[in-house]
Amino acid sequence: MQTLEALTRDARALANGAVVLTAPETEVARQLQICNACRYCEGFCAVFPAMTRRLEFGKADIHFLANLCHNCGACLHACQYAPPHEFAVNVPQAMATVRGQTYVDYAWPPALGRLYQRNGLTLSLALAAALALFLLLALAANGTLWGGKSEGGFYALFPHNLLVGLFAPVFLWAVLALGLGVRRFWREVTPATTGQPVSAPAAAEATHDVLRLKYLDGGHGEGCNNADDAFTLARRRAHHLTFYGFLLCFAATSVATVYHYVFGWTAPYDLPSLPKLLGAVGGVSLLLGTAGLFKLNLQRDPQHGDAAQKPMDLGFIALLFLTSASGLALWLGRGTPALAALLAVHLGAVMALFATLPYGKFAHGIFRTAALLRHAVEKRQPNTLALGAD
Amino acid sequence: MNVDVLVIGGGNAALCAALMAREAGASVLLLEAAPRVWRGGNSAHTRNLRCMHDAPQDVLIEAYPEEEFWQDLLKVTGGLTNEKLARLTIRASSTCRDWMRRHGVHFQPPLSGALHVARTNAFFMGGGKALVNAYYRSAEKLGVQVRYEAPVERIEIKDGRFQAAWVQGERITARACVLAAGGFESNRDWLREAWGQNARGEWPSDNFLIRGTRFNQGVLLRHLLDDHGADRIGDPTQAHMVAIDARAPLYDGGICTRIDCVSLGVVVNTEARRFYDEGEDFWPKRYAIWGRLVAQQPGQTGYSIIDAKAVGRFMPPVFPGVKADSLPELAQKLGLDAATFMQTLNDYNAACRVGTFDHTALDDCHTEGVTPAKTHWARPIDTAPFYGYALKPGVTFTYLGLKTDDTAAVRFGDQPSDNLFVAGEMMAGNVLGKGYTAGVGMSIGTAFGRIAGTQAAKFALNQGVLHANA
Repeated sequence: MQTLEALTRDARALANGAVVLTAPETEVARQLQICNACRYCEGFCAVFPAMTRRLEFGKADIHFLANLCHNCGACLHACQYAPPHEFAVNVPQAMATVRGQTYVDYAWPPALGRLYQRNGLTLSLALAAALALFLLLALAANGTLWGGKSEGGFYALFPHNLLVGLFAPVFLWAVLALGLGVRRFWREVTPATTGQPVSAPAAAEATHDVLRLKYLDGGHGEGCNNADDAFTLARRRAHHLTFYGFLLCFAATSVATVYHYVFGWTAPYDLPSLPKLLGAVGGVSLLLGTAGLFKLNLQRDPQHGDAAQKPMDLGFIALLFLTSASGLALWLGRGTPALAALLAVHLGAVMALFATLPYGKFAHGIFRTAALLRHAVEKRQPNTLALGAD
Repeated sequence: MNVDVLVIGGGNAALCAALMAREAGASVLLLEAAPRVWRGGNSAHTRNLRCMHDAPQDVLIEAYPEEEFWQDLLKVTGGLTNEKLARLTIRASSTCRDWMRRHGVHFQPPLSGALHVARTNAFFMGGGKALVNAYYRSAEKLGVQVRYEAPVERIEIKDGRFQAAWVQGERITARACVLAAGGFESNRDWLREAWGQNARGEWPSDNFLIRGTRFNQGVLLRHLLDDHGADRIGDPTQAHMVAIDARAPLYDGGICTRIDCVSLGVVVNTEARRFYDEGEDFWPKRYAIWGRLVAQQPGQTGYSIIDAKAVGRFMPPVFPGVKADSLPELAQKLGLDAATFMQTLNDYNAACRVGTFDHTALDDCHTEGVTPAKTHWARPIDTAPFYGYALKPGVTFTYLGLKTDDTAAVRFGDQPSDNLFVAGEMMAGNVLGKGYTAGVGMSIGTAFGRIAGTQAAKFALNQGVLHANA
């Protein structure tokens, strides 16, 4: 039980305008105090070099470092103070817990932040609702989910304007919500990371680190940890397949939009058209990547990360998988009576994915990119500490 | 159970021996007393390897030639070393790293706060536990059998030759055996016996903390010395011993419990008096003597006192210091006699001759007319807030061990055993009679672990041929 004394102290501090750390933040601060006196893990990632620039860890420092952590697990397996040691240092877990909290704290609008907390339920409900919507729409338009007027193409079922009318607001909402959320995060961590503006070299480095997933390479290039203390590149590769697969699919949609509005070429497109090429490669990549990530997630050492976020992680991966699988199935089954059902399922999956983007695992990419950018800025500034032994 | 080579122990030296023996073609069984989560002994707390090199080498800058390494060792041991074995260790340190890399060890440039050893020490990425993990993975991949929670109680020796080891009632025979089961620092009773009672009637070792594993009970060391009369080396009170935070856990406090602000302030004992020159030399060169210095004080306790000027100039300690806005308040919070404390501090402050303070050089800030003097970095302790850290001796590992030679053989009556070898802390005293220099424990463990494994495999495989031909 959190003691009455602690609660009273927090209440007093709040009344005095002091910043009170949450329990997970206090735990990160406690562990980093130990790490900062040890520093063996400096070579693994960006978190520890950033830590050594600090003697104390305030709320903003903790939020910054928690989002800089990639949960690679290297520091846990190398840690002489990991459980069962009484110091009980488990940085990936402590950071993951705070990270989950920051997603809630910085969510926009704030009221929707709680969608993160029962994210498995959020995703399920979103998916169910979106599927129901499109199945009903298909039924209404087609009279049946099997056969019907599918020869007329997608737009015979769902007029183009209807799709745009449904997807555009959802997509724009996702962009807006994520943008406002990360803006708050950025404003909080900037003063804690020297306050300096982003320079071109810093931006280039952060971009490189994001696109190559540098901090899943273990610092030595052999990869991160997954099931145990052995290193593996599987997670990095599966994430690359997922990330670039997603981007290719997104590019396919964007190119198709240009085709439609600029050139008046309407879907469906077939090979070797650009949208189809991008979509096919992206879809397969996304399918393989998410399958890999799902398997790796299940094999993950249970000490890594925050168990409470597992449904969010797996739910997001599953939704991406469903999106790519239904997209590919739609392509393969477009000339069959299953078209209406496949189309409804695919559109439902995509709708659920976009509707939940700002309130689920997707946010990690946005917040981590922001943290990497602040790190790239901070590391270019002179260190104000001058520790004796150096 | 019968194997070619039995390795007793589960740290760096044991793993090096097991890997070398297996690579030579021997079947190998490794017995680790600890459960898997605590495997690796003190090696899990290490961070680097002192390496000779004649030119820059990947993570190592400039050169650290054999002669300089030898002189460093000679200086810290005060001559209590065996030159032949020391030079063997030094030379081996210049060539072992490619082999270590092949078994999964990664090196990195020195950690922040440790740039002073950038030239002499190669750091393990992730520290010693990452190294231990890598060696176990490699050993398992190569087919070394590993058993955890397998403490060996005794071994059978006939005519100076190893016959079998006993583990929890099981007799394990092997053609050759490597002993690499660590020192006896975790054995409180033995420490008490070695350190005895002082003139104040205290049992000093009762106040020692053990920086490393709780599993180094010295069972086999004592068994070999007492029951088998193996040749011994070293003094049981000699050890790698540093002054650490008194709040550190009894075992496994490791690196983070060190207190690095000694040279930036003063250190007093429980009588609130100073007892040694805090600024004699750079802290990394002096930390290893402060364990013994504190052990000689009443209650085996010291207090490192600094003021606000020192904050941010030393590695952050794991526990926050006791903080006060005035020196008398600090004395009171530390439980020291305020009057004596103030006299000590006032005397010191008045004696400071401040020149140009530079904590990165042997500067000219010193004291005059106070005993003991502080010869560098002497600045008055006068800027609030003030901080105090209680210190206790922290034992890393003991130096009493088995005498050996360049084949790592255990010796009985000055005769080397054919098939019983020793490595690591159990024989480090051959090279380190006293004192310490960073990273040399791993140099000794790696060099002699590899030799012991090679020799054990050689003997075991020759025996196999003899048996086959018989």
